[in-house]
Amino acid sequence: MKARTLGRHFRESIKSLGRNSWMSFASASAVTVTLLLVGVFVMIMMNLNKVADDLETDVEIKVLVELTADETMTAQLEQDINKVKGIESVVYSTKEAELEDLIKDFGKNMGLSEQNNPLRAAFYVKASDPQETGKVAERIDNLANTYSVEYGEGEIEKLFSFLNLARNVGLGLILALLFTAMFLISNTIRITIVARRREIEIMKLVGATNWFIRIPFILEGMWIGILGAILPITLVTMLYYNLYNVVQPYLVGELFSLLPLTPFLYQVNGLILLMGIFIGVWGSFMSVRKFLRV
Amino acid sequence: MILMKNVYKKYPNGIVAANGINVEIDKGEFIYVVGPSGAGKSTFIKMMYREERPTSGEILINGINLATLKTKRVPYLRRQIGVVFQDFKLLPRLSVYDNVAFALEVIEETPINIRKRVMEVLELVGLKQKARMLPTELSGGEQQRVSIARALVNVPAVIIADEPTGNLDPETSWDIMNLFEEVNRRGTTVIMATHNKEIVNTIRHRVIAIEGGLIVRDEYGGDYGYES
Repeated sequence: MKARTLGRHFRESIKSLGRNSWMSFASASAVTVTLLLVGVFVMIMMNLNKVADDLETDVEIKVLVELTADETMTAQLEQDINKVKGIESVVYSTKEAELEDLIKDFGKNMGLSEQNNPLRAAFYVKASDPQETGKVAERIDNLANTYSVEYGEGEIEKLFSFLNLARNVGLGLILALLFTAMFLISNTIRITIVARRREIEIMKLVGATNWFIRIPFILEGMWIGILGAILPITLVTMLYYNLYNVVQPYLVGELFSLLPLTPFLYQVNGLILLMGIFIGVWGSFMSVRKFLRV
Repeated sequence: MILMKNVYKKYPNGIVAANGINVEIDKGEFIYVVGPSGAGKSTFIKMMYREERPTSGEILINGINLATLKTKRVPYLRRQIGVVFQDFKLLPRLSVYDNVAFALEVIEETPINIRKRVMEVLELVGLKQKARMLPTELSGGEQQRVSIARALVNVPAVIIADEPTGNLDPETSWDIMNLFEEVNRRGTTVIMATHNKEIVNTIRHRVIAIEGGLIVRDEYGGDYGYES
């Protein structure tokens, strides 16, 4: 297609927006409502994911070594652990180091001293897939010279299954919303097309190709999508900005945090804009299709 | 240039609008298509610009077989055919000039050529002075002139007119007929469906009469033949 023709299509699509200003407004509003809901959902889901990821990376298995184990036996155990399937990293911590950690956490006034150290040496193991932690822990437990194997048993499984459920439900809801919006938009654009039926008919009679007829409508849909995305982008930005500033200070020192503003807001807003364009383009494409079969 | 062989058309509702039509039309001819309402006149006309597709049979226009023409190619066929309607089919929001230029914009003609061609045809139909006006500011006859200008602007080999004088008063109808005569003199084939007995009997041309989906009469210089 020639550049001049494309310019014409752009002018036509903008003119048509103005001519059918009420219809355009109605369609853009439908896009706005949908994108706002989608935006908030994405915001919640991405942060839940972040929290889940944060917690996942913190999950580790603490393997306590038998007191009877000497150095060679401990070294053997380390080798054995390294051979277990699904291991990402193994870190050895002597019982002196364990004691230091404990003193660091709780202070000196617990009456513990290096001469009378009741603690055991430990291995800190991370599973390559945090969701497999339970299985990995079980495999390690079967090895010789382990006293006990600890990880947040039960709690972690519950957290993971809740997060998985939340992810799936959220994704399902977003898809349903998108579908509804597309349906709404294809209907509203159909009305603008009905109003321009005569124009399409004449275009066909004088030998316009289908793409020539289609493109202005598709561009119009694109504008509607972009216009409809403005308000959601503003609101989501304001909402998240405030939320982040209010909530984040409370999360300092916790195991998880919210997504930082800068990449996240660009990502979410980019997604909202792309979705708006996609919904608009798809909606007009679907409705113009019917009118071209002559 | 137009050839129909055993053309048969049955609509989904069971009505047979063409029941074995055979006709040959040469380049430069002027043809009246007459017949009572519902006889198949409109279908006959519509099949020529591929608004309707024949159920069976062959239609050749400039060597293109419309029965097998792919839908994608239809726009290129339409560029060789100008169509004029009883109700003008002008775009009310566009000026006379833009209405005519529309036909060229749609086929991606260059702006310089568009300007030249549009002014040429507006001169031909006598509306050069009214190029900036809107269709609603014009009389019925003038609106029909605009639609003829639009049909002519991409230099079609054939003009197909479906009752072009149907909405016009007798005097204006004669003006429009003179215009078609002029177009025909310049070498364009004209095919016109009409109910206007006076015109057919006065400006004599080949007459094709259609009844019950069949050509019942085809004579050069014939008369209208029906009581109107």
